[in-house]
Amino acid sequence: MDHVLTWMTFLPLLGAAVVLCLPSRSPRLIKRVAFAATLPTFALGVRLFAAFDRATTAYQYVDRVPWIASYAIDYFVGVDGISITMVLLTALLCPLCVLASFGIDKGVKGYFALFLMLETGMLGVFVALDFFLFYVFWEVMLLPMYFLIGVWGGPRREYAAIKFFLYTFAGSVLMLIAMLVLYFGATPHTFAIPELAPGGAAFDPRTQHLLWLALFVAFAIKIPAFPFHTWLPDAHVEAPTAISVILAGVLLKMGTYGILRINYGILPAATFDLAFWALAALGTFNIVYGALCALAQSDLKRLVAYSSISHMGYVMLGMAAFTPQGLNGAVLQMFNHGTITAMLFLLVGVIYDRAHHRDIAGFGGLAAPMPVYTAITGLAFFAAMGLPGLSAFISEVLVLLGSWRAHPRLTIVAASAIVLTAGYLLWTLQRVWLGRLDERYAGLPDVGAGELATLLPLAAIVLVLGVYPHAVLDLIGASLGHLNELVRAGAAAGPALR
Amino acid sequence: MDLGNAASVAYSAPELILIGAAIGIVAADPVVRAKEQLGAAALLACAAALIAAIGIRLPFSERWLVQGLLRGGEGWLWSRMVVVDGFAVFFKLVFALAAFATVWMSLGSAEVQDSGEEGEYYALVLAATVGLFYMAAAANLLMAYLALELVSLTSYVLTGYRRHDRRAGEAALKYLIYGGVASAVMVYGMSWLYGLAGSFQYRAIHDALAHGAAAPLTVFVAVVLVLAGFGFKIAAVPFHMWAPDVYEGAPIPVTAFLSVGSKAAGFAILIRLFYPGLSEPGAGGAWTTLAGLDWPTLMLVVSMATMTLGNLGALGQRNLKRLLAYSSIAHAGYLLMGFVVLDDAGLRAMLFYVVTYYLMNFGAFAVVMVVANATGREDMDGYRGLAWRGGAVPAVAMAIFLFSLAGIPPLAGFVGKFYLFAAVVEQRFYVLALVGFANTLVALYYYLRIVRTMFLDRPRGDEGVVALDAHNAFLLYFLAVPTIGLGLYWAPVMALAERSVRFFLG
Repeated sequence: MDHVLTWMTFLPLLGAAVVLCLPSRSPRLIKRVAFAATLPTFALGVRLFAAFDRATTAYQYVDRVPWIASYAIDYFVGVDGISITMVLLTALLCPLCVLASFGIDKGVKGYFALFLMLETGMLGVFVALDFFLFYVFWEVMLLPMYFLIGVWGGPRREYAAIKFFLYTFAGSVLMLIAMLVLYFGATPHTFAIPELAPGGAAFDPRTQHLLWLALFVAFAIKIPAFPFHTWLPDAHVEAPTAISVILAGVLLKMGTYGILRINYGILPAATFDLAFWALAALGTFNIVYGALCALAQSDLKRLVAYSSISHMGYVMLGMAAFTPQGLNGAVLQMFNHGTITAMLFLLVGVIYDRAHHRDIAGFGGLAAPMPVYTAITGLAFFAAMGLPGLSAFISEVLVLLGSWRAHPRLTIVAASAIVLTAGYLLWTLQRVWLGRLDERYAGLPDVGAGELATLLPLAAIVLVLGVYPHAVLDLIGASLGHLNELVRAGAAAGPALR
Repeated sequence: MDLGNAASVAYSAPELILIGAAIGIVAADPVVRAKEQLGAAALLACAAALIAAIGIRLPFSERWLVQGLLRGGEGWLWSRMVVVDGFAVFFKLVFALAAFATVWMSLGSAEVQDSGEEGEYYALVLAATVGLFYMAAAANLLMAYLALELVSLTSYVLTGYRRHDRRAGEAALKYLIYGGVASAVMVYGMSWLYGLAGSFQYRAIHDALAHGAAAPLTVFVAVVLVLAGFGFKIAAVPFHMWAPDVYEGAPIPVTAFLSVGSKAAGFAILIRLFYPGLSEPGAGGAWTTLAGLDWPTLMLVVSMATMTLGNLGALGQRNLKRLLAYSSIAHAGYLLMGFVVLDDAGLRAMLFYVVTYYLMNFGAFAVVMVVANATGREDMDGYRGLAWRGGAVPAVAMAIFLFSLAGIPPLAGFVGKFYLFAAVVEQRFYVLALVGFANTLVALYYYLRIVRTMFLDRPRGDEGVVALDAHNAFLLYFLAVPTIGLGLYWAPVMALAERSVRFFLG
């Protein structure tokens, strides 16, 4: 498996090039080629999952070649337990999203070419170990996303696309400045994240904190953490279904991934100083705020969008605990949220395709005409609620267990918020799927084979990880333990500004 | 080393080619019916000047027919009026490329063709290019002034080329008046420098001032006066007011030429006077200003003001040429970031940025011309749904150029900005860096507005169909492919820029 990460990352781009060469009058061919182009990456991902060494904390499958030697910029990729989880999530969701996009009928060629470019950008972010390369991929991803929302989105797509672009770009700008300061602070100058790792300590505490905050804002916009979250409901609601899935399933994880990789890895002392307010307190606020907002929504897709804000709050809370349970729970929650929210958005897409609206009050009793659909929805909703036996239960319990030792009061608030989560989910389930059937929707067809093909793999993962979370926990355990020690050691050695 | 007059001729091959071609075109104009042939001749002249600037070596011998970049020769030409060194040659390459693209664009421009006066037009473009070449190479205030005026005078005429268009007349007149005032102030400042140092030679001025020939404040006033002329050429605040009107009124190829060639030459002349002229090179690529001359602080303020006012001005524009004019003002501000850090890293970032700026700004104007050719429109509404009404290639190319101007990877403009910001952060100009970053965000907004109009808006049907002919398509590819390519691998160009930050000091 030479250069496996490079192949995984750039095969979709190759697929995009092929798609661009196909004649635009044969959309079926384009869709099939696009689907085929995501499969090799997925297959390599499965092999990677099998072959990954779970005992070591070192980066694996490393490719490193000088890119711009005069500036010490390398093409440097590799994975550890944290990033491989995200790589797998991306490689899994992309083929499903291509399947879910088969209904696209305008500008088919452009859509699928952009989608494949997006996949390359996302994978690149997760495998990059050179900060410059990371930044390039981080930005590259913006362009296809902008067009995918802006051209193929809903009625307010232009506003949503521009808002998304400007918010993320504003964050990137802060990231770039911090990146340059870190580069010039390291001797010898380097962008390689593993070599920058001890470099953060070279700065005085005040600079470390400023750098940390600059990076944090860049990533918090992506998570998205209050008060940087307002782009998310707009982008989610206007984006086509598959793009919402990618947004919630993968893009949001880049925020928390970035914090773990860059903030934790390079500035451990500052991380320890600032984690309580920036991560734990803000995360808890996100949990409650997102749930309350979700309760107030009348649009089904908006509700799911706000539930994402709430669920990403658990990730932040778990990360801030600096205990093995907390960190493991956080990363597991990232993976679980990726699969569950993907299901939720796909399910919203199913009903939107049939009824052409998403107004919660406009439905009722859908269980009668669509039993299979309702069963899968029930599974996804209960999973999102954190019901025992389903995947999110494990990760949320780990987060709460982990943070109990560190931040007991916040943990109580976060745990109580589960009531709110259950509230908006059950209430929605009752209003849309149960109750009296609306006459207009009596004849709706149940989910078809194509839709099942996108939903069932995710449902299976939710079930399996609910009883056997070690499939993921084994992957991430060693790396997270190492990271936790790094932060604690950095906090002990580094001068705190308290 | 003082190269003699004979060697000076050999080193002046690029300029001689251009002058010869300009004269030849004027002479041939009355007899040649097919005016495209004159354009083709001008193209050939630009290509020949480019090759001559790189250098020609006689086959099977060690002798150099034309000495240029490859030979790496350095020295004074024409009794120390002109200098040849890496820095000059680098800019000559950029100018030759800019002139080539200008002529190529003109050959495909509806505004320029079929006026019956193309002969003069091409000759003027070549003459202006000669001026640009000497702006980069002047080592003497007098020569600098002559070169700058040669560029200015030809530009006034080129701006007013469409004589029957009121906008063109207004633009040319405004340009002339602003330019005249700026030149006058500059010449006044030069006379002070001459009076203080007793010479027009940069080196002699440098030596005299270094030995305390004048009070620093006096020198500073003289320098500020000279800056009026240079600032006018690069369109830096507060000498930027002419740019939007002139860019709007001039034929689009001329606008592109002014926004790239003329601006780059302004930077060349600025760097040559302020770095080897008024500063002292030190170890590790650092420079120190002559005692008491704090021009970096002044230029720091100018840089921040230029980028901010340029970007804010662009926000409300509906005419693409005006919008790009404001954007090019902002880019002068970005370029000045490399100017104030007093370090070779800043200078090579500027040189690299000039190359990327050439690609993306010329590209953007080329698309504006393609659209104007087909529909006669330059306003934002004329771009509505461009991608969906036959203009897919121009629209995609425009998106590439605009994203590059905005500084988004993996495009050349990002790399250019990266090096500029890196130089600024390295020297710890954090306030400047923050202002610069805030500006890129503002800029992204208006670039995105154009992209949105082209892709996200649907055509209403009254915009007209945009067709792309092979001639203009070549230009778009010629500029767009390197814009992407330099974003992915830029080491050779950066190495060239690095080698070109080399001034011959005698």
